[in-house]
Amino acid sequence: MTQQAHEVAAQAAHVQQQIHEQVTPAHDPTAYIQHHLHPLQVGEGFWTFNLDTIFIGMFAAALIMLLAYLAGRRLNSDVPTGLQNVLESVVEFVDQQIRDTFTSRPSPMVGPVACTVFMWVFLMNAMDMLPVDLLPTLAGMVGVEHLKVVPTSDPHTTFAMSLVVFSMVVFYNIKFKGFSGYIKQFLFHPFGKWLVPVNIMMTLVEELAKPLSLALRLFGNMFAGELVFLLIATLPPWVLWVPGSLWAIFHILIITLQAFIFMVLTVMYFEIAHAEADSSH
Amino acid sequence: MNVTATLLGQMATFLVLIAFISKFLWGPLTQVLEDRKKRIADGLEAAERAHQERELAKKRAVEIIKEARDAAAVLIDQAQSRARVVVEEAQEEARGEAERLLVAAKTEIGKEVHRAKEDLRNRVATLAIAGAAQILRAEIDVERHKQLLDRIAATI
Repeated sequence: MTQQAHEVAAQAAHVQQQIHEQVTPAHDPTAYIQHHLHPLQVGEGFWTFNLDTIFIGMFAAALIMLLAYLAGRRLNSDVPTGLQNVLESVVEFVDQQIRDTFTSRPSPMVGPVACTVFMWVFLMNAMDMLPVDLLPTLAGMVGVEHLKVVPTSDPHTTFAMSLVVFSMVVFYNIKFKGFSGYIKQFLFHPFGKWLVPVNIMMTLVEELAKPLSLALRLFGNMFAGELVFLLIATLPPWVLWVPGSLWAIFHILIITLQAFIFMVLTVMYFEIAHAEADSSH
Repeated sequence: MNVTATLLGQMATFLVLIAFISKFLWGPLTQVLEDRKKRIADGLEAAERAHQERELAKKRAVEIIKEARDAAAVLIDQAQSRARVVVEEAQEEARGEAERLLVAAKTEIGKEVHRAKEDLRNRVATLAIAGAAQILRAEIDVERHKQLLDRIAATI
């Protein structure tokens, strides 16, 4: 623990030093990239807060809330206009996914959670489309030394969502299968009653892989995307715009796709949790 | 990468956002969508129903017109046959009347003729008596020869 703390402190000092030397992509690419991927932290140990992640996440959430509030305040069921149209298409899209996936009647919270996941992840991912140096430079002007712009490239964000989803999955499992039904699933699935220890291991891995893969997929994609942007930023300015624009265009796809995948998998896990315990075991 | 309180912070943001969206966006909006779907379905159904009703009314109108036409035809038929009957009856009556009149006239004529004959006979008898009296120079006793004279008058 102490050794780790020392390491962190040393690293921080190193980074601090680099900032004072005005890091630019040209003369030290490694430091430049490290600087951009380092979050703005306060606190120590467990009580460390990645302020950039939290604030930009909150900013995205607040933006969604504002839009939702503005549109939700005066809904017109006859002639939808402007903002309502946009939000309607999002809600209908998510609703359609739920209808297509669910064989039983979904619980009332499935829709809101899926919708929130989709919009929030999309908006946070979309922060990636801002030029990599824009916000950090602006922040630097007001004395903030580090700024990691994309909250979803911080595993805390992705794990926060996947853990919430996972706990809801467990809740729905117990609600619809009963506690014993849920336990039975661990004992007798997938190999029947003669291989109980193996079953427990398999099902445990299967269940734990859900939140893990959910969180790591999004984090990996967004982190890698940001990294590629940073790498591109280290190229000489006269050639930078070619790969930069290409990757940005491709990244539009990734941003949307990752938000979509997170949403669809959330819905799918909920659906599996909703299914009745099969009576054959 | 250590697990830090950032995780809790993000979880809180996520949960608040879920609650907010559930209350202000998902709930009302799905309600609105549901209402709209229902209203459109209702409208389509009403239109369909109205269409059917119009078809039905059209059919009924045609039927009513046909019925009326049939009734009119029947009435006209009846009137025509009734008229024929009336005309025939009138003709019959007229013919009977004419015949009756004819018969009456004939009997009248017969009577008249008879009376005229009688009259003529009487006059002839009187004339004959007068003639005979003239011839016989009052020799004939009316009282005595009345029987004879009557016989003569009857033969005329």
